[in-house]
Amino acid sequence: MTINIVLAILVTSFATYISRFLGVITSKKIKETSKIFKWFNCLAYSTLSALLARIVFFPAGALAEVDYFIRLIVIFICLIVFLISKKNFVYPTVLSALLLTILSANF
Amino acid sequence: MINTKYFLKGFFCIKSADSPAIALFASFIAIGALFKSIGLNIQESIFSTLLTYALPGSLIMAESLIVGASLLNIFLAVWLVNARFYPMTVSLFPLLKHNSQPKLKYYLACHFIAVSAWLIMKKNYKSVERKYRLDYWIGVGAANLSVAVLATAFGFFIADYLNKDMMIGLAIVNPVYFTCVMVGAMKTIQMSLAVILGFIFGILFYFVSPEWCILFGGFTAGTLAFFTGELNDN
Repeated sequence: MTINIVLAILVTSFATYISRFLGVITSKKIKETSKIFKWFNCLAYSTLSALLARIVFFPAGALAEVDYFIRLIVIFICLIVFLISKKNFVYPTVLSALLLTILSANF
Repeated sequence: MINTKYFLKGFFCIKSADSPAIALFASFIAIGALFKSIGLNIQESIFSTLLTYALPGSLIMAESLIVGASLLNIFLAVWLVNARFYPMTVSLFPLLKHNSQPKLKYYLACHFIAVSAWLIMKKNYKSVERKYRLDYWIGVGAANLSVAVLATAFGFFIADYLNKDMMIGLAIVNPVYFTCVMVGAMKTIQMSLAVILGFIFGILFYFVSPEWCILFGGFTAGTLAFFTGELNDN
């Protein structure tokens, strides 16, 4: 390991906090009924969705070791469980971990 | 300074059926185990989750430590992947504004911005009196951060018992939770477009720049969705 772990943690925290901090400064001038607020709401959801796409298709870490076809099948099955369970978050999340553990151990 | 009643009301949101607790716990168990495997000690692991409290950012830090990236590289990569907190804060904090709350409290409370807590607040804010929304938010955030910290410590201690397949199983929980949340949010044309276009542009922009794809993809998709939604409303 070439760099100090504590320094890396501090740098990571700082890089993360900046966006939150700038968000508070900007939000001071924005009214919740304004168009800009609505626009930022769209930006928030689309940015999250872009992040999700990146995690699913170009993952880092453990997920990268599974075939992307298996990843997509697990997500698709869990999404269906989510929809038929009247949008319960517990069933699909628990199921996903079990399903992928079994699939990655056997394929 | 903080209204206890509203703080606790927010804190116990973590127990509801649509709570992110399971996804959060599973993801941070994996982070705790990963931290141990790359040589962090328990204090550093807890310290990291407590201070950063953002999953993709922590993953990037861990990977950078493995490959020995420079601090500047870590800074830029983490900043880019966590820049989503900027629009998230701007689309939440105006709802929490009240003159009676000290300004400094907002700067401290913004640390709790993360997908999990943000979603709970977006869903529940109307049911909370405006004056106490910030206290409620701090409760929601504190509960989520506590889950993340506990899970990191738990993951660190059980790391030796987790095999590769289990780590992979844990890693899928967060994307699945994320997918369910995004689909659940698609209630208007504008929101549906923001989610669908964000997903498509996120992939497309990856081929242009893997580092900037979240930011560029999100910005393009969100702006397109906003204007299409507005035109449609008129």
